[in-house]
Amino acid sequence: MSAVTVIYALLFYVATAILVIGVARKIFIYARTPQPLKIPTTPAPTTRLGVWMRMAREVTVFESLFKSNKWTWLFGWVFHLCLFVELAWHTRYFAEPVWFFVPLLHWFIVFTGLGFLGGLAGLWGRRFLVDRVRYISGPSDHLMLALLVGIGASGLSMKFLAHTDIVSVKAFFLGLMRFSWQPLPADPSLLVHLTLVATLMIVFPVSKLLHAPGVFFSPTRNQVDNPREKRWTAGWSAKIDNTKAAEG
Amino acid sequence: MADFETPVLGEYQTIPHTHPGAMEHSKPYIAKPEVQKPLGFPGELVPDWENVAVMKLGELVSKSRALQVFLDSCVKCGACTDKCHYYLGTSDPKNMPVARQDLLRSVYRRYYTFAGKFFPKLVGARDMTKDVLDEWYSYFHQCSQCRRCSVYCPYGIDTAEISMAARDIMDTVGQGQKYCNEIIGKVFKIGNNLGLPEPALANTLEGLEEDVKDDTGVDVKFPLDVKGAEVLLITPSADFFAEPHIDGLIGYAKVFHASGTSWTLSSHASEAANFSMFIGSPENLHKQAKRIREAAIELGVKRIIVGECGHAWRVAYSFWNTLIGPFDFLDQRYPIPQHICEFTYDLIQKGALTFDKSQNDDKVVTFHDSCNVARASRMGNMPGGQFVIPREVIKACVNKFVDMSPETIHEGTFCCGGGGGLLTDDLMELRVKGAQPRMLALQRVVEEQGVTHMAAICAICKAQFSKVLPYYKFPMDMIQSVHGLVSKAIVLGPKE
Repeated sequence: MSAVTVIYALLFYVATAILVIGVARKIFIYARTPQPLKIPTTPAPTTRLGVWMRMAREVTVFESLFKSNKWTWLFGWVFHLCLFVELAWHTRYFAEPVWFFVPLLHWFIVFTGLGFLGGLAGLWGRRFLVDRVRYISGPSDHLMLALLVGIGASGLSMKFLAHTDIVSVKAFFLGLMRFSWQPLPADPSLLVHLTLVATLMIVFPVSKLLHAPGVFFSPTRNQVDNPREKRWTAGWSAKIDNTKAAEG
Repeated sequence: MADFETPVLGEYQTIPHTHPGAMEHSKPYIAKPEVQKPLGFPGELVPDWENVAVMKLGELVSKSRALQVFLDSCVKCGACTDKCHYYLGTSDPKNMPVARQDLLRSVYRRYYTFAGKFFPKLVGARDMTKDVLDEWYSYFHQCSQCRRCSVYCPYGIDTAEISMAARDIMDTVGQGQKYCNEIIGKVFKIGNNLGLPEPALANTLEGLEEDVKDDTGVDVKFPLDVKGAEVLLITPSADFFAEPHIDGLIGYAKVFHASGTSWTLSSHASEAANFSMFIGSPENLHKQAKRIREAAIELGVKRIIVGECGHAWRVAYSFWNTLIGPFDFLDQRYPIPQHICEFTYDLIQKGALTFDKSQNDDKVVTFHDSCNVARASRMGNMPGGQFVIPREVIKACVNKFVDMSPETIHEGTFCCGGGGGLLTDDLMELRVKGAQPRMLALQRVVEEQGVTHMAAICAICKAQFSKVLPYYKFPMDMIQSVHGLVSKAIVLGPKE
């Protein structure tokens, strides 16, 4: 068992634990925190089904962002779509036999790596070229983009420049999942790729990446517009008792 | 007030380059101790206020899912940066919604997040200092809580929620805003924002009855504190006093008269406005609203109808049922509460009102969607009814109606520039500059379609435009109440 294998095995156990526990904790906090008043941004759906559809549009086609700015939407949407396809594609390293959709993705995967980097380049470019976006960009915003670009670039380098032994990589990750460690190839681009991915997993629960679970809990998007029809109470507003006040 | 230049209206809306510090001098007067006390706030900056502020921030976040999610989720994508009328009008980058949020988010990060505690520089986290407080005081009083940014944010982050929280924290440490807090105090003491006591109110209403009689020859009543009336009308107190608001009140009275609906005003609850929303204070919000429940029960009415007021309609539509419900003592066959435009619209649909549109033929009218009605409430049964119903009411009363550019109306409407507790003379520069996007859209329809009047259903919009229109070389009486137009066109009594 090489030192590289041991280090990366431990790294991925730790990163996975931090990601899962950290995000679960945040989701628990979001779910537990009450929203005392009705604040949907209107016009809003008047039924629960309508809210599901609004949320579905928001997370699949980024409806609000589309209304706002077509360039940011284009770069952001292409980046997220490619990220999503890449994540699905990467399940082949964690499942044997591979899941049914993986062979279908074969046709797209040539483009998604480039789309991923292209989208990021557009988003990063805005942080330099648009003075308003430059003003609001902090070091962490640039670092996050650098991290993602690094992941994409190291990944693509394995696809187009220096192939790595993906059969061994798969054996390594299946081994991690079965607690039977297998050796990890020590190719530089693979190690860079994995280090950056683990870093991303670790910072996820303490960074703006929380927008991913956060959007589902956003009251302006997930509340039904029916305050007249159905009395809403939560948190401090649930403690209000007007009947008592009227008598006393 | 420092001198300032009114923005020049160009051909089309441009997005200005950032000018850091352009509006850092803008600050409303700070509330004196005697203004703070009745609201339950300390009179001046409390000892150890930094800690008190940080603790209050933590408490607020733990009680509000909105804050919890909004403070974590922003990715600084920039979608909101060109959406605020105050940014467009002032070019101060701290008036970009994300930058305004960051004034508070930076403190939240410092004290309540892992990244901010250990890597403050990396994520822009800041200690709570006097400089930060002063910056909050300036820029959280440059937000009219109009929610335009929340329409365009991919996560629905609503800067209004954040500015309300910041104002609540500032009140808690003893640095409140004079304008809002003084007004809330008047409601507690007298019953309305104007501080108009019962005898003066009765007197005003009597005068109105005489005016309408002289004008039309019809006995239109303006009842006050009439027990057993069908409808309790809750309207902004500006309707008793200011132009063009009062024309709206006359319009409501004529609609009630024409439809044979018995109604009353209340001297106990003679105010629809609820400025406690602007300062983000739940206790005061509830306390102010409770007067309306008390009045409705006391007078034994069956319905509550709300007059033309933007944020009041938000509070009434979205919050009343929560704050002062359940309304099991009211007639469940009608919406509770109902907007006066919904009431008039229903009558128009039924053919119960007669109009002589030619009475308004001297006007080409456009409609300004008020922010709180547009983005924080609804009218009628379907989403977007708040856009349709007031326009239909106007169209029933005037022959010539046109809309302003699509991106400046409906959910994309621009704030008048005076909402959210900023309608005070000490913020005149901000108000004039913040009105720029609306004034530009208005100028286009004036030049291209000959618009002469702009109607609105918000007391703040009406007061703000009356003041600001002249800065842009428009006549101040261009702004109209929707029910002022109704008043003009409605035919009372049998047709000739």
